Amino acid sequence: MGNTNNSEAYVSFQNVQKTYDGESFVIKNLNLDAERGEFITMLGPSGSGKTTCLLMLAGFETATYGEIILDGTSINNVPPHKRNIGMVFQNYALFPHLTVNENLAFPLQVRKVEKYEIEKKVRNALEMVQLGEYGSRRPMQLSGGQQQRVAVARALVFEPKIVLMDEPLGALDKQLREQMQYEIKELHEKLEVTVVYVTHDQSEALTMSNRIAVFDDGIIQQLAPPNVLYESPENAFVAQFIGENNTLSGKVIAINKEICTVEVGENETLRALAVNIEGIGSDTMISLRPERVVVNPENGSYPNIVSAEVIELIYLGDHIRSRMKVCGHDDFIVKIPNSAHHAQLKPGNTVKVGWLAEDARALDAPA
Amino acid sequence: MEQSPDKNILVTADGIPLKTSLARAQRRSKFVAFMMVFPLLFFIMIGFIVPIVDMLFLSIDNSIVNRILPNTVESLKNWDPYANELPDEAVYASMVDDIKKAKKAREHTKIGTRLNYESSGFASLFRKAGRKVQKIDKPPYKEALIKTDKRWADIYTWQVIKQNSSDLTDGYYLAAFDFTRKFTNGKVEPLPEKDSIYIKLFFRTLLLSTLITFLTFVIGFPVSYMLANVPTRISNILIIFVLLPFWTSLLVRTTSWIALLQQEGVINDFLILIGIISEDGRLAMIHNATGTVIAMTHILLPFMILPLFSVMKTIPKSYLRAAISLGAHPWVAFWRIYFPNTGPGIGAGSILVFILAIGYYITPALVGGSSGTFISNRIAYHISNSLNWGLGSSIGVILLVIVLFLFILYDRIIGIKNMKLG
Repeated sequence: MGNTNNSEAYVSFQNVQKTYDGESFVIKNLNLDAERGEFITMLGPSGSGKTTCLLMLAGFETATYGEIILDGTSINNVPPHKRNIGMVFQNYALFPHLTVNENLAFPLQVRKVEKYEIEKKVRNALEMVQLGEYGSRRPMQLSGGQQQRVAVARALVFEPKIVLMDEPLGALDKQLREQMQYEIKELHEKLEVTVVYVTHDQSEALTMSNRIAVFDDGIIQQLAPPNVLYESPENAFVAQFIGENNTLSGKVIAINKEICTVEVGENETLRALAVNIEGIGSDTMISLRPERVVVNPENGSYPNIVSAEVIELIYLGDHIRSRMKVCGHDDFIVKIPNSAHHAQLKPGNTVKVGWLAEDARALDAPA
Repeated sequence: MEQSPDKNILVTADGIPLKTSLARAQRRSKFVAFMMVFPLLFFIMIGFIVPIVDMLFLSIDNSIVNRILPNTVESLKNWDPYANELPDEAVYASMVDDIKKAKKAREHTKIGTRLNYESSGFASLFRKAGRKVQKIDKPPYKEALIKTDKRWADIYTWQVIKQNSSDLTDGYYLAAFDFTRKFTNGKVEPLPEKDSIYIKLFFRTLLLSTLITFLTFVIGFPVSYMLANVPTRISNILIIFVLLPFWTSLLVRTTSWIALLQQEGVINDFLILIGIISEDGRLAMIHNATGTVIAMTHILLPFMILPLFSVMKTIPKSYLRAAISLGAHPWVAFWRIYFPNTGPGIGAGSILVFILAIGYYITPALVGGSSGTFISNRIAYHISNSLNWGLGSSIGVILLVIVLFLFILYDRIIGIKNMKLG
């Protein structure tokens, strides 16, 4: 969770709560700090409250309780048009009756910028997104990717304090989406602008962000850089939501400093990193990334070695995905790299699989 | 696929040119498509195109004189109507002959009725002639005819007949524009101020229709905006209230406005009750232009709201949000971003209301009084009361031309493709 009262925070949500109907919270208790120039992503399933957060920051929703600070001042009572926040919408929200140039000039015109200055800034912004020649076109005459770039340029042209992006790539096809991810990331690094990005696409979040806030059920489940989020999820939701994940549920029977022993299935005991468990006797869920599992390890080389029955093999080119039955769970996935001497498996084989105790994380057992 | 016309014509496997084959393959589906639209096409022909062509024809048709009095028209050819001389004996002889034949065919009153539009008195003149002409069986026909009625000795009578002896006439159009062709000298002159009504009526119709269109826009725009921006569940209910007037008889709606607006009506009583006006100062809000405008604005309002609503529904809410987030005050965002995007709806609603308004008939007839009637009330008068169908048709044609002209103007300025009716 973000540390509150951080003097360096540029954007700060402090104990923010939000309810629409007065009966249930959309945002339960939000504390989030972002530094100047940071690319921070709010990631979560739909209905998790991430878009509400963004709308509160933009000023289109008001916080029921708590304070939102931008650049040292509370913006709770600042109307949205005075917040100086750029926003990129999912459907781009380019104004169809205006040309690209006029779209970009709009935020400058309403700020009463000098005419020659507007022309210069618009031209620069368009060149920045490589659309220099498209200024006189209407948005409808542009492709989806070009419209996206115009929307980004429009949100940046008036040099806002912060840029908000609400699932801006949702309407693009996969290839274009990946290309735009890099372009937006590049712009962010070049302009050193603070970006708050909302998405439900975890790979997008992992690619672009400095830090990711994983939302669920109105609270931030974990706020961390992408690699930490992936490798060290703090709870079962994050582990499940980010990347592929094997889960083995069991009961804690012993704790030895950082390592705990968990009884899984019938008389099978596994050793795992004690991350988020309540104590001996409590239910837990062991989370294990598929690529951290080794097939046919040498005896004694791994603290966890169990036998597994191969159920299904899917050839995916760079790796082979194998579904196995391990400790009574038949949805245990192992990714076998397609290297020169990888294990040759057939469905029905019984093999040994092993992994390090540090790669298995004992987390809270979801209800 | 590209192909040159001479060589390399693409053929199917059996050697028939591809285009021929394609046409053959599509023939059946084209036929089916045609059969599906045929009933409507037929209906439109019978119910729309034929009447309009007929109306166009009626407005210039003047064949009745030539048909019923063929010999007279022939003999009048050599007579100069402006030479201040009565026609010669031959003309009178043909007239007697023509009237005899017309009497037999029972058509002599028709010619009287027709010429009566031009100048009153002709109906009785021809009725009388019809009764007495049988007794005239030998020359001199001139004296004999004049004996039946002195008016046959009046040059004016013959000038009227002469002027109407061609098969086509512009007389109805002249009348519709408050002009007349003098029978005494054949010159086209404007009618005196007290007799000219049509130009005034056309202008009033256009002016009041513009006002009504503007009022429906002013009242309808906020309503449409609200409808488009409340949750669908609520807007569905509210739309019913907009449509409710459609399910109520036009007559009932119009007469209920009479109950509300008349001098002893609800609104006047209420205004007196709260002391805004005195008992002597009851407002005249009905049987005048005010009544027409109020009632028609109400009746035509849905035609403005529905196209506006359907256009506004398609404008994403994010436009306004985007404009505000870009720093525009909500009013500026509305005016510069939202409003221009409602253009197609405003265009469609306005043209719909305006065109309906300038042809409106029932409401102005009931609540318009003398200052609030429209040109269509005049058409109705000529079609059903004075039976001067020619004049009625010519006014109808002028109205049609005005509508077409405005439509073209609209297309030039705004573009018909930008219109959205729902």
